[in-house]
Amino acid sequence: MIALSDYLILGAILFSISIAGIFLNRKNVIILLMSIELMLLAVNMNFIAFSYFLDDTAGQVFVFFILTVAAAEAAIGLAILVVLFRNRQTINVNDLDTMKG
Amino acid sequence: MNTIQVAEFGLLLPEIFVLVMTCVVLVVDLYLTERNRDVTYVLSLLTLAGAALLTLGNYPSGTTVAMYGTFVHDPMGGLLKLFIYVVTAGVFIYSRSYLRDRGLYKGEYYVLGLFAMLGMMVLVSAHSFLTIYLGLELLSLSLYAMVAFDRDSPTASEAAMKYFVLGALASGMLLYGISMLYGATGSLDIGEVGAAVAGSEDRSIILIFALCFVVAGLAFKLGAVPFHMWIPDVYHGAPTSVTLFIGSAPKIAAFAMLMRLLAESMGGLQPDWQGMLAILAVLSLAVGNIIAIAQTNLKRMLAYSTISHMGFLLLGVLAGTPEGYSAAMFYAVTYALMAIGAFGMIILLSRSGFEAERLDDFRGLNNRSPWFAFIMLILMFSMAGVPPTVGFYAKLSVLEAVVAIDMVWIALVAVFFSIIGAFYYIRVVKLMYFDESESDEPINVGMDMRLAISANGVVVLALGLFPGALLSLCAAAFP
Amino acid sequence: MEKIYLAIPLAPLFGALVAGLFGRQIGRAGAHWVTILGVGISFVLSLVVFKHMVIDGAEPFNGSVYTWLVSDGVRFEIGFLVDRLTTLMLLVVSFVSLMVHIYTIGYMHEDPGYQRFFSYIALFTFSMLMLVMSNNFLQLFFGWEAVGLVSYLLIGFWYKRPSAIYANLKAFLVNRVGDFGFLLGIAAIYMAFNSMDYMTVFAAAPSHAGETIEVIPGVEWQLMSVICILLFIGAMGKSAQVPLHVWLPDSMEGPTPISALIHAATMVTAGIFMVARMSPLFELSVTALSVVLVIGAITALFMGFLGVVQNDIKRVVAYSTLSQLGYMTVALGASAYAAGIFHLMTHAFFKALLFLAAGSVIIAMHHDQDIRNMGGLKKYMPITYWTSLIGSLALIGFPGFAGFFSKDAIIEATHASQIPGSTFAYIAVLSSVFVTALYSFRMFFLVFHGKERMDEHTREHLHETPPVVTVPLIMLAIPSVLAGYVIGPVLFGDYFGGAIHVDHARDVLAHLGEHFTGAGGFILHGITGLPFILAMAGLATAWYIYIKNPDIATTVRRRFKGIYQVLVNKYYADDFNEAVFAGGARGVGQLLWKIGDVLIIDGLIVNGSARVVGWVASVVRHVQSGYLYHYAFSMIIGLLLLLSWFMVYQNGS
Repeated sequence: MIALSDYLILGAILFSISIAGIFLNRKNVIILLMSIELMLLAVNMNFIAFSYFLDDTAGQVFVFFILTVAAAEAAIGLAILVVLFRNRQTINVNDLDTMKG
Repeated sequence: MNTIQVAEFGLLLPEIFVLVMTCVVLVVDLYLTERNRDVTYVLSLLTLAGAALLTLGNYPSGTTVAMYGTFVHDPMGGLLKLFIYVVTAGVFIYSRSYLRDRGLYKGEYYVLGLFAMLGMMVLVSAHSFLTIYLGLELLSLSLYAMVAFDRDSPTASEAAMKYFVLGALASGMLLYGISMLYGATGSLDIGEVGAAVAGSEDRSIILIFALCFVVAGLAFKLGAVPFHMWIPDVYHGAPTSVTLFIGSAPKIAAFAMLMRLLAESMGGLQPDWQGMLAILAVLSLAVGNIIAIAQTNLKRMLAYSTISHMGFLLLGVLAGTPEGYSAAMFYAVTYALMAIGAFGMIILLSRSGFEAERLDDFRGLNNRSPWFAFIMLILMFSMAGVPPTVGFYAKLSVLEAVVAIDMVWIALVAVFFSIIGAFYYIRVVKLMYFDESESDEPINVGMDMRLAISANGVVVLALGLFPGALLSLCAAAFP
Repeated sequence: MEKIYLAIPLAPLFGALVAGLFGRQIGRAGAHWVTILGVGISFVLSLVVFKHMVIDGAEPFNGSVYTWLVSDGVRFEIGFLVDRLTTLMLLVVSFVSLMVHIYTIGYMHEDPGYQRFFSYIALFTFSMLMLVMSNNFLQLFFGWEAVGLVSYLLIGFWYKRPSAIYANLKAFLVNRVGDFGFLLGIAAIYMAFNSMDYMTVFAAAPSHAGETIEVIPGVEWQLMSVICILLFIGAMGKSAQVPLHVWLPDSMEGPTPISALIHAATMVTAGIFMVARMSPLFELSVTALSVVLVIGAITALFMGFLGVVQNDIKRVVAYSTLSQLGYMTVALGASAYAAGIFHLMTHAFFKALLFLAAGSVIIAMHHDQDIRNMGGLKKYMPITYWTSLIGSLALIGFPGFAGFFSKDAIIEATHASQIPGSTFAYIAVLSSVFVTALYSFRMFFLVFHGKERMDEHTREHLHETPPVVTVPLIMLAIPSVLAGYVIGPVLFGDYFGGAIHVDHARDVLAHLGEHFTGAGGFILHGITGLPFILAMAGLATAWYIYIKNPDIATTVRRRFKGIYQVLVNKYYADDFNEAVFAGGARGVGQLLWKIGDVLIIDGLIVNGSARVVGWVASVVRHVQSGYLYHYAFSMIIGLLLLLSWFMVYQNGS
């Protein structure tokens, strides 16, 4: 039997990986988008685990909403990426530093 | 409560109306050419007026929870929504000439703006974590798109990317916190969660984690230090008409979110989040005010000033008393009014091909137009908290709230930093009144903009002279 | 009567609004008529109030006009307290203001900002009237800030001069220091008494007399001393007492009518008025009174010395103002509030006169202000000459002139006072008499007598100024002579009644009053007294050095080079301030000062302060690097900060 804590630890690990992906990655913006997806999946993991162990469906309903919103979010993220590439001819994270101070 | 009563839909009427009208605007706009885009503009304003009438027509006197406990109809929501309509209307009016001059006068701006506003309305009336999340995402996704709205601007697309990634990170943190909270209390309903949190004797580690993550997500939305990094870049990079929007109405919605999540669902943990908010508030006041001094770009300066203002807003919330909440609410709505005025002035001075966003562009404004210089003076004084403008009273009531709970030190810190802050606002006044202008070009904008910005300035002054009515409305929201 | 009270401040406000907002439409004449009418109405109504209050002996009026809001049972309101103290201030403010308005027509004749100027000075009059009529601390603070704000606008009126901008900034910053103290004082009152109303606070004050508070844990301070000293810090800023005096001489960059109105007659006396108004509080703290006394004495003596070495005609008058403000402060410290207010009144007249006379000379000299370039103006400008003589005699306290009565009363009161520091103060004010006479007549002789040192071109155009300038001079000369003769009722009679409260043990004026036998007797006593001898000695010295034997001035200057340098550099007070501000290398104070300095002085990167700005900017740039991952990192740091704070907090509790 897998305990609740195991799921939570898995969720925390996924969450940490995604955060690490966001601030360790200095090359490609697409990796950022992937990390964001992963982060949402980590949250989904938490919700489903809680939902199962609490025997309450609300958590799973929430997960469906998160999945839907994540799709919309990815669409907008990619759209911005396209605009960015069109303007700058690069999607290197290191090059996004024209505004600072 | 197994079925939804038809009457419950009446409570949602403003939201439904805005949704329908936004779709109408979207469709109608397809059949319009650039020349008769004014139809979209007028329809959008009519939507706001209609929503305002509907909200006023069923102005909440007490708290009613509807739609399976996901929606709440209460005085705080009513008042905040009204201000959101007013501020959004101001944004639309100010933006028109700006957009037209730059070939950006497109229906998308208004549709996205209305969707963002719908998101705020949902957020303001949310009574479940699910509605909070949906409202927040509707708002955020629309804003990301709006920032990138000027497709040919490299800075705008960079700003949009930064905003998007950081915003997604923040909503990830918020969601993570909410999932913990769900696990600890077994519910998504704010009322039930609040009762469960208040009832639990000892604070479990899971609640602590949940609290930290939720506060982090909220702090991002408000722009409190150290979650503020997106603000200067996004304000700077976005087209001014979008900065105007991001800098104003969403602050009201963020305040509502703060109240729903912290005060209502985690009121039982008030002693714990009080300290967290105190850290964020002090950092925001210090960083915002000091860095703002070094700015030469007015949009960036206002961005840092926003950060410091959010520090003040947090002061009111952290007091954790009804007086503190109503003071913070007063602060949020009046700040939104000041912010659209200040960004509106940038738009007013901009012309096609020229952005009046450097501080130097305000030199000698008094010679070009004494009236607009005077309005900017009022706005700057109000932001600095100089009596008798409304900004003074907003600061005073927040400070009173923290002094009342014996946190005098934090009040002193706030006063100290706002005195430093006064310096860069006054510098703008000095530039306008005591420096030579570089151009003598008269200011040429439409009558609607003239009237709106004049009204904006007068309201900021008038609310400062007669704060009583708005104050009692704010107080009534927190019995 | 209430309507009259309300109309007194509103009339100038109306004038200011009309002249300010519709300046273009109503034109230059329209602007000066509407503001002069407004201030004139105030003056006439003040006379009505005077008759009502003093001659008919009505009870003081205390009532609120408009309640701004009520919070926790504390009322924030606009209200008037009109008693005899207020009445006196109303008369002084509206009269001097009216004279200045008329005079401005001539002085600002050719200035492009004519309407704006009238709008500002009328606005100033409004603010000042609100300040003196206030019945609560909140309104007092508003008026206080408003007069500061307008003076800020007016000092920088000629914004094209870099020095004006610098002076402007300096005035602003120095006054912020004072205001911070003042605000803390009001906050302390609010916390201790939970009320903003004068009468409530005064009534409750004696019962709080013994209380102590701990601002720094472990150190107990007398509540009343803390409150009074904080309030007095505010007064030091506004009334330019050492060491917050540095802004006033520089503020002479503003147009002369402003120097007369704001920096001599009215605004700078706001601090004096405030302390007198708060006499029920100050009387509860001997410590605070001692502080007031000593600061006043230092100001009176040392600022006088500085007047001796100035060459700019307006700066000489400015330093003399500082010194006279010191006298008033000494009077307050010695519990002789009535004498302080009395000197305030006489000083308002003769100092406004001197300033306007200086302005008249400046007009004639085509805006050359250096007294080394003047001389022998007597025969060209007879009216200015005679009125200046009257003003100078009043200033040095020549028996029979207004200044004599008030100044002698202060000196005697200080002599009689027993509180710590009074001996020092007595010696200081006494010595200052000599210095005052010296610098006043140095200026007088250099300007009006001796060789004509101006260039040919200026000399050809020298002539008396037009009537709009000279009439106010004459009008001001009259009270400069006569105002002193009301000394009997004002000081020793019961003029102020309940408006000023003096502890019986320290009532030096009552003590003096026992020997008072009328104005004539006072003059006779004055002529035989030490102050008179000192004043004459000062006058004679000035005459000998600058008329009889002009070479001696240079000799003295050479011989006492060190002292002269110190004086010319104003005791290095500015340097000291810069050093203090620059001292805390990372202090925000320095940041403010340096950045303000650099940004306001148009050269941007001029003096060494650029380095500090560069330093700040570089730090800022490091934090806001522009890189997404740094931003994300900062958010994660924030999250960890919240988590770790929580752990520490929980372990702690």
